[in-house]
Amino acid sequence: MSLWEYANPVKFIRLADRMLPPVAVLALLCLVVGLVWGFFFTPDDYRQGSTVKIIYLHVPSALMAINAWLMMLVASLIWIIRRHHVSALAARAAAPVGATMTVIALATGAIWGQPMWGTWWAWDPRLTSFLILFLFYLGYMALWEAIESDDTAADLTAILCLVGSVFAILSRYAVNFWNQGLHQGASLSMDAEENVADVFWLPLLVCMAGFVLLFLALVLLRTQTEIRARRTRALIARERAA
Amino acid sequence: MMPELGKYAGTVLSAYAVSLVLIVVLVAVSLWRARRVRAALDRVEKRGPRS
Repeated sequence: MSLWEYANPVKFIRLADRMLPPVAVLALLCLVVGLVWGFFFTPDDYRQGSTVKIIYLHVPSALMAINAWLMMLVASLIWIIRRHHVSALAARAAAPVGATMTVIALATGAIWGQPMWGTWWAWDPRLTSFLILFLFYLGYMALWEAIESDDTAADLTAILCLVGSVFAILSRYAVNFWNQGLHQGASLSMDAEENVADVFWLPLLVCMAGFVLLFLALVLLRTQTEIRARRTRALIARERAA
Repeated sequence: MMPELGKYAGTVLSAYAVSLVLIVVLVAVSLWRARRVRAALDRVEKRGPRS
């Protein structure tokens, strides 16, 4: 069995129907367990106080904001190279999910930054590249809506996705490129000195798993919807032409 | 049951409220659109090809 079999819309819809219930249940379970654990059963940080609890939303949403775009990049490349409609529609389906994750990361970062940094916003490399990534999400979704032909929209949004990937990668590594700005380095690291303490790390991992699974469930559902919407448009166009 | 959030209670609770509202709206809109598009496709397929 080949992965490319699922480029067939009917097979993809069947696969999504099978996968959606367990993925959605697992996502809900991980999110509830991770957030309840993090919110109710972890101590305050000695410097940040109770604001450390925002990490359980901020880090997973930022992770998904970047990785949703990278998933869109892979799907767009598949569209450009192999012309599979399902991959273009999967990229389209992922964009609103990634945009929402970017808003959550920006909003929770600003809410945390006000008491910790003394400002809601700073033109820091990571914050700025994240804002640009959000604007790319808006542009990507607007471009899909603006073009009537699905194939032309898929072509142009795929190119926009390639360009935006620079900012997706930049927003991940901006802190490493420029040793300036307010934003600290990665919260999770293989280096024990850099990594957050175990008491915060374990519920954070569960929250991250929850966000990944939520993204997967939403992309499966929304890709099914995009496939059905495309088929509806095609049938209506055929009716009109007849 | 509620943990002691101290002087940052407003900050922490508003971050959770904003995030959870956005997630719930995203899930609700995705489910609503899925149902609407599925119903529209069913209608068009039932109508069948017109001669």
